[in-house]
Amino acid sequence: MKSLKKINGNTLLLLITIALFVVMYIAGCVVYSTKGFTHLQTFLNILINNAGLLCVTCGMTCVMLTGGIDISVGSLIAMDCMFIAVGIEKWNMNPILLMVLVLVIGAVFGMVQGFCVGYLKIQPFIVTMAGMFFGRGMTAVICTEQVSVSSSELFVKIAQTKIELPFGAYTNNKGVLQVPYVRIPVVIALVVLIIVFLMLKYTKFGRSLYAVGGSEQSAVMMGLDVAKTKLKAYVLSSVLCSIGGICFCLNTMSGSVQQATGLEMDAISSAVIGGTLLTGGVGNVIGSFFGVLINGTISTLVKTNGKLLSSWSNIAVAALLCFFIILQSVFAKIKEKSK
Amino acid sequence: MTFPGVKALDNVDLTLRKGEIMALMGENGAGKSTLIKCLTGINAFEAGEIHVEGIDGPVVNHSTLDAQKKGISTVYQEVNLCPNLSVAENLYIGREPRTKLGTIDWKEMISRSSRIMKELELDVDVTKTLEDYSLALQQMIAIARAVDMECKVLILDEPTSSLDDNEVAKLFKLMRQLKEKGVSIVFVTHFLEQVYEVCDRITVLRNGTLVGEYPIAELPRVKLVAAMMGKDFDDLASIKTEDNIDFTNAPLVVKAKGMSHKGTIKPFDLEIHKGEVVGLTGLLGSGRSELARVIYGADKNQTGELEFNGQKVKINAPIDAMNLGMGLLPDDRKAEGIIGDLSVRENIILALQAKRGMFHLLPMSKQNEIADKYIEMLQIKTASKETLIGQLSGGNQQKVILARWLATDPDFLILDEPTRGIDVGTKTEIQKLVLKLAKEGKSLIFISSEIEEMIRTCNKLIILRDGQTVGEITENLTQENVMSGIAGGGEND
Amino acid sequence: MTNIKKLISKPLFLPIFCMILVMAVNIIFDAINGNFALNFFTISVRNGILYGRLIDVLNRGSEIAILAIGMTLVVSCSAGTDISVGSVMSLAASFCCMLLAGFGVSSTSSYNVPLFVGVIAGILLAGVCGAFNGALVAFLNVQPMVATLILFSAARAIGLLLCNNLIVYVRVDSFGVFGGHLGILPTPIIIAAVCILVATVLLKKTALGLYVQSVGINRKASRIAGVRSERIIFICYIICGLCAGIAGIIASSRITSADSNNIGLNFELDAILAVALGGNSLGGGKFRLAGSIIGAYTIQAITTTLYALGVSTEQAPVYKAIIVIIIVAIQAPPVKAFFARRQAKKAALKGGVA
Repeated sequence: MKSLKKINGNTLLLLITIALFVVMYIAGCVVYSTKGFTHLQTFLNILINNAGLLCVTCGMTCVMLTGGIDISVGSLIAMDCMFIAVGIEKWNMNPILLMVLVLVIGAVFGMVQGFCVGYLKIQPFIVTMAGMFFGRGMTAVICTEQVSVSSSELFVKIAQTKIELPFGAYTNNKGVLQVPYVRIPVVIALVVLIIVFLMLKYTKFGRSLYAVGGSEQSAVMMGLDVAKTKLKAYVLSSVLCSIGGICFCLNTMSGSVQQATGLEMDAISSAVIGGTLLTGGVGNVIGSFFGVLINGTISTLVKTNGKLLSSWSNIAVAALLCFFIILQSVFAKIKEKSK
Repeated sequence: MTFPGVKALDNVDLTLRKGEIMALMGENGAGKSTLIKCLTGINAFEAGEIHVEGIDGPVVNHSTLDAQKKGISTVYQEVNLCPNLSVAENLYIGREPRTKLGTIDWKEMISRSSRIMKELELDVDVTKTLEDYSLALQQMIAIARAVDMECKVLILDEPTSSLDDNEVAKLFKLMRQLKEKGVSIVFVTHFLEQVYEVCDRITVLRNGTLVGEYPIAELPRVKLVAAMMGKDFDDLASIKTEDNIDFTNAPLVVKAKGMSHKGTIKPFDLEIHKGEVVGLTGLLGSGRSELARVIYGADKNQTGELEFNGQKVKINAPIDAMNLGMGLLPDDRKAEGIIGDLSVRENIILALQAKRGMFHLLPMSKQNEIADKYIEMLQIKTASKETLIGQLSGGNQQKVILARWLATDPDFLILDEPTRGIDVGTKTEIQKLVLKLAKEGKSLIFISSEIEEMIRTCNKLIILRDGQTVGEITENLTQENVMSGIAGGGEND
Repeated sequence: MTNIKKLISKPLFLPIFCMILVMAVNIIFDAINGNFALNFFTISVRNGILYGRLIDVLNRGSEIAILAIGMTLVVSCSAGTDISVGSVMSLAASFCCMLLAGFGVSSTSSYNVPLFVGVIAGILLAGVCGAFNGALVAFLNVQPMVATLILFSAARAIGLLLCNNLIVYVRVDSFGVFGGHLGILPTPIIIAAVCILVATVLLKKTALGLYVQSVGINRKASRIAGVRSERIIFICYIICGLCAGIAGIIASSRITSADSNNIGLNFELDAILAVALGGNSLGGGKFRLAGSIIGAYTIQAITTTLYALGVSTEQAPVYKAIIVIIIVAIQAPPVKAFFARRQAKKAALKGGVA
């Protein structure tokens, strides 16, 4: 009986999340039915727009499982985008090479952060906050203006490739056949999602993340290398974030200092909304996936309305995060009391 | 297996034979933990060697994992497993069975774990998360993990501190099973009875040096204590209360009616008179600490009411209780007692200051005066009153916390396990202090897991079982009486 | 050798050492450029106002110093930082200017409500933000940095809503006083001095300091000893919010407008850096306000020096981030242990030779 209640506590958060998404989406469909919200493409657009965020959130979930956090992701994306944009436009480099370089930069960035957290035992928030400012500053060091990507044919081609779905086609009111499509970043993001999901469930590293988050001291006693696990988690987060950065760059086709500000907030809230505990040890990427969808739905709703200021979506996400944080802490309190 | 001259401990030799249970005894600071840490690779040692059966040459462990690989496993007082993972995972983490692809083979892991649990006769569903099980079962699972790693040497570091008698019995059964299988066990505990119940030999340490190794039959209790303390110890039995003082006419200090806290203590009534020492006894988890905490407001009462000095009172937080003249010395000194990075002075005046309120800061001269007074009175061994409390030994820390409460001059003081984990000398001092306070007209609640100690200090014993008060003993305070009360010998249900 | 060690172990060594280092860099820089070497320290009176780089540092550093007061308390009692202070500054400024100008007005030359009402309201709203953070941390046990992350992103957005997505200009002279001059002294210096004074008195004459530290070190034990831990943490966050509000008003007054997107940008980093530079552990517990204050002005000196060296505003965080990591890394227990081991080895070696 007691255990039943407990299992429910964690899965309940996930259920709430899924229910929230469904309700929100249906509400959108009802309210904005005239604006095409009911079409499959609207949903796919949410995926397209948030492919980068999904990658980042997968990484964030892994870090949060260890009880840490990574708020450098937004800046790292800005840095990646700027690097790709400037690389293509000013240094005339091959976009594929640039993308590989971006991944390497991400890995190094994550390694430094992971070293500080894992081996030097500095609070993750402080480390990644420094990383956040470092990334943003570095973006400005690379270039202070907004740079649009247009000169590389290959890059443009990758960015504009439509992958059409074999189902869900419909004819719009002008009589033109609309085939629903996704773009390459979505494929990348979904592949990332599946890989991370499998990794968390079936590899030693994945389970170590849970163990470290559950009880660090115990993990040490059971012979796990906690410092190394943390280091790997942060490297993973930064690499996934860089993949997200590539997706982001493919979507926006530009780089600027102000790009992806507040993205860390979206990623953290997606993970938290998806049932990842801030204290670590509990959560999975499927929940985070729904978290991202909720995030995307909110901003799509705000955009579809057209009259609301874009800050509303910021506020809505923050409010939602606040709600889930309170929910988590109430659950934790109940759990403690029942002991 | 021998460990000659582990120099961090100054030349301690230790031999452990195959299939024996050896008690490692010593007062706090004798070097037990250091020795264990050297064996398990947590601490490096400067000189000496470790030899393990089946391994040629000296063994050097660089980490716990290293030690485990060489057959030395340790189970600590705090369960070192991950509460958020399943039992099976806790058994196999770090050495999961793999499929051909190199991924974790969950099916195999679960079937193997179930088999282990069955072998040890533990009724556990291995797919459930660890936190679903009681502390005792968690401890057994920790031992199961250690044993399954094919350990030759199992070190149990105070595994019984948080277990009740029933659970201890189960643990001992498990230990004997292992012993028959040829596992050598090092057993560290503070409880003397347990040593005599289960061990074959005793090794005694004092101040980082080896006192001696004795077969159990050659070392009776008194001699053991003497060996640990290094002197003919102050006979504990010499302090005694005058028998049977009648308190019925003394004014009531505490009168609780129907107080309770959900999940920990069922509604209870309690009356404590002026100058009376009331002992709360029962197994761990019987509600003895919880009862005291409800009165003090550390856990809020959900039902019932409390009268203090004849006044009906409502306590929402500890500070309310303090303002009425109560004090609580919590059982977990480290977590709820000391403020580690503050000085002895600050630790002593903290409660008094809290009582005065934020805007009435005690002048520095007054603070110094109070600190000096209690350091002298309780003979706290500290370099100065500005020394950080974290740097003192356990017994002295406990005295500082006592001083904190004495400084507030309470009418009613709750001492929850004031003698746990401190040396025998200080124990005696604290017991004497309790009696002195009672004589001064203060009322006390005294909680201890050592029944003898309670019998010596208390006027009345209240027995708890399963979160309920089940009996009261005022006369004939003997160990047998109390024991049968705790065990529930027929007078109830 | 032992003297140096003694010096290093002094509590205020780190901030003062950094300050001297920055000054030295300035002197060298001036000397290389052929300027008067002590340019940094020269103070002159122009148009009845004090001028000089030192005055500039004191002036510009006021906001950070004020923030550092609140941040020190928050770090000490909850072992976490309030990363919302920059956003809350912006919100306070927006609210104040919105009240003074009226909703949806982008520029005004007369007050819509009396000046003091606007200012007080702005500061109070910041206090409310602090209370929100404090409630999450103290009563719901949310990790401080996650709790403040909510306002870190939301406060600025709310400020934008209040200002209807505009930059609100308040073109009235009296509004500019807070960021301008009073007599020959820049007003921010005076405000900062008053805030520091109030904080000092609060810590010296009440038991707040003892409570905050004891809660920061061991919350459970403090509660048993009669300290209302939740309330103390709550109070600290409110103080931190109020500090952010005051700083926000100053920042807004300097530019006589509410620029929601830019006021208080990156200030959370500066404030946290000030606390760390002041020799306070970011892990909570014991604290020294004086350290944080010196730390705050040191940060400003670093910023000013960076600008003088030709680093742009947007690039400056790179250097500060590196400094934060270095300082925190030095404080980190494993690093300390490493140096202690090396010291011991050296000593052993010396002993062997002797």
